[in-house]
Amino acid sequence: MTFEMPQFALAAPEIWLGIMVCVVLIADLFDRGGEGRIAFLLTQLTLLVTVWLAFSTHWGGAAQITFNGMYVSDNLAAVLKAASAGLAAITIGYSRDYLRQRELLRGEFYLLVLIATLGMSVMASASSLLVLYMGLELLSLSLYALVAFNRESRVGSEAAMKYFVLGALSSGMLLYGMSMIYGSAGSLLLGDIMAAAAAGENRLLMAFGMTFALVGVAFKFGAAPFHMWIPDVYQGAPTAVTAFLGSAPKVAALALFLRLLAEGLGDLHDQWQIMAIILAVGSLAIGNLFALVQTNIKRMLGYSTVSHIGFLFLGLIAGSNEGYAAALFYAISYGIMAAGAFGMIILLSRRGFEAEMIDDMRGLNDRHSGFALVMLLLMFSMTGIPGTVGFYAKWMVLQSLVEAGLVWLAVLAVIFAVIGAFYYLRVLKAVYFDRDEAPAPLEAPLGPRVVIAANGGLVLLLGLFPDALIELCRAAFGL
Amino acid sequence: MIEKVIFYVFAAILLLAATLVITARNPVHSALSLVLAFFTSSALWLLAEAEFLGIALVLVYVGAVMVLFLFVVMMLDINVSVLREGFARYLPLGALVGVVMVLQMLLVLGSAEVDLASLTATAADAGAAETNNIRMLGNVLYTVYVYPFELAAIVLLLAIIAAIMLTHRRRGGTKHQDISAQVRTRKEDRLRMVRMPTDRNNDS
Repeated sequence: MTFEMPQFALAAPEIWLGIMVCVVLIADLFDRGGEGRIAFLLTQLTLLVTVWLAFSTHWGGAAQITFNGMYVSDNLAAVLKAASAGLAAITIGYSRDYLRQRELLRGEFYLLVLIATLGMSVMASASSLLVLYMGLELLSLSLYALVAFNRESRVGSEAAMKYFVLGALSSGMLLYGMSMIYGSAGSLLLGDIMAAAAAGENRLLMAFGMTFALVGVAFKFGAAPFHMWIPDVYQGAPTAVTAFLGSAPKVAALALFLRLLAEGLGDLHDQWQIMAIILAVGSLAIGNLFALVQTNIKRMLGYSTVSHIGFLFLGLIAGSNEGYAAALFYAISYGIMAAGAFGMIILLSRRGFEAEMIDDMRGLNDRHSGFALVMLLLMFSMTGIPGTVGFYAKWMVLQSLVEAGLVWLAVLAVIFAVIGAFYYLRVLKAVYFDRDEAPAPLEAPLGPRVVIAANGGLVLLLGLFPDALIELCRAAFGL
Repeated sequence: MIEKVIFYVFAAILLLAATLVITARNPVHSALSLVLAFFTSSALWLLAEAEFLGIALVLVYVGAVMVLFLFVVMMLDINVSVLREGFARYLPLGALVGVVMVLQMLLVLGSAEVDLASLTATAADAGAAETNNIRMLGNVLYTVYVYPFELAAIVLLLAIIAAIMLTHRRRGGTKHQDISAQVRTRKEDRLRMVRMPTDRNNDS
């Protein structure tokens, strides 16, 4: 195997994140009284610079491959990295006061978020099975630690344990599949695997490996029937962690799917399509039906995630670049919505009180009409009502389905979206029409208020003018 | 021929040991079975001429990791019977799913389309040019595989941070020495002079 000097400049986002992990780690040591303020500010700065670096290094031009074929720099990597870093920045914008009130405010929280973002970036430009797996482990390990962040909480520890065991199981599935793919293609590089799949060598063995890999990916997504961990983990984790867990890692899971199954095993599309259809329909049905009966809003949002993942898979089923662009748009816009919804729960909570039941949303309009408006926008967006970003996300996915000739799936998806409208509107009923006998004043400080206003504004703005983001997602696939 | 016999003997021991890891009632026996499993798999690697990996497995896992693991298992008082609740209840369903999965996998791998012999041939070709295992690893580890290698370093850093964060805590109520305070202490801090009335004074 010959060695070429890698083009280090192409990996600028990862190198920057890796350096800043060390800087934050050291800086936090000298900030004992500051409650992790330096770590927080440095992390936000790092994430914003990562968004900029992702575009300045990867955007435009043809795909370049370096690090001996293990690292790919293309438009898709730019969008995925910018989206995951941006979503991480939004979600930790909510976290400080929530963590302080629960005496969880430590610099390690931000450090773990930073390492998770590094893992997501690595996955976004992985071009080798080994690198893909390393990125996934970086992400998963930091998420396990984040879910267990509140050691005093029994539900938190239980959720972390469940997440860890099921996550390890899914990693095992993925690795087994990868080893079979490696065995049949004779190489870890996705380019070589693509060539081997096109040449039709050992096709059955490769499909065998692909099945296990798809199961592993579905676990990481939380698509039914591999969704069991989602409700418990969402409910048990501290809400600041749930906000992060529910937004950016979905983009990373999409990166895993796109790199491994769409790019590397694109030739096996006719084989994984039927499995993806089962995953999509199952997720839509289970997510929407189980969300109907939840009274805990974190759990409800957990099941709603499952249903959104189902919708996202519908975009992937078509196997066309239009479909992938629709799925990418869906993942980004869902990330924005989920960040806002969990941010809202964080803001309504206060010391010694978690606003995690739907009843806790009662009379929000009387307490603060601005918050109620943001909640309205978020729930409308999740339902898919025009004027919000959620509408265009669903619309693009349905369009790609109809173009692929899968009209029955599109009809099914719309039916489930209508069922889903019930539980989103139930939250709005509590917000606008129910009365709270003893309304407590809202204690949220200025910083998170600005973030939630910006988050709600983004949902509305992208809903009214979605062209820029749509173009970005289409350009990521060369459309 | 003799290689095949050695392979099957070690593979059988490996499977047996791996089964014992999850079925042994005593956690210490489980840990010891795991040592045996590592040992036999290192023997299998030696058989495949991956000498360095085989020796590293024994040195790192058997020598260091498993010894620590055994200590931890011996220190903890694990109530196994509680852990095993529900094991028998879910066994039939679990076994059924397992058997179906194994059958499906065998059907795929055993079909005529999958030519496993061709795969081993390509793997053997790759290693034919250079027979020195350590030299091959040394040539690629910091060059071709430098990117995953550095990522592995960050995974280890993450493991350290997460483990310390989850286990290290400031406990209230523990008594610990403050040496400098002990040294700096003065007589007035420790010694209190009390004037006691004596019997003689009372008498007069």
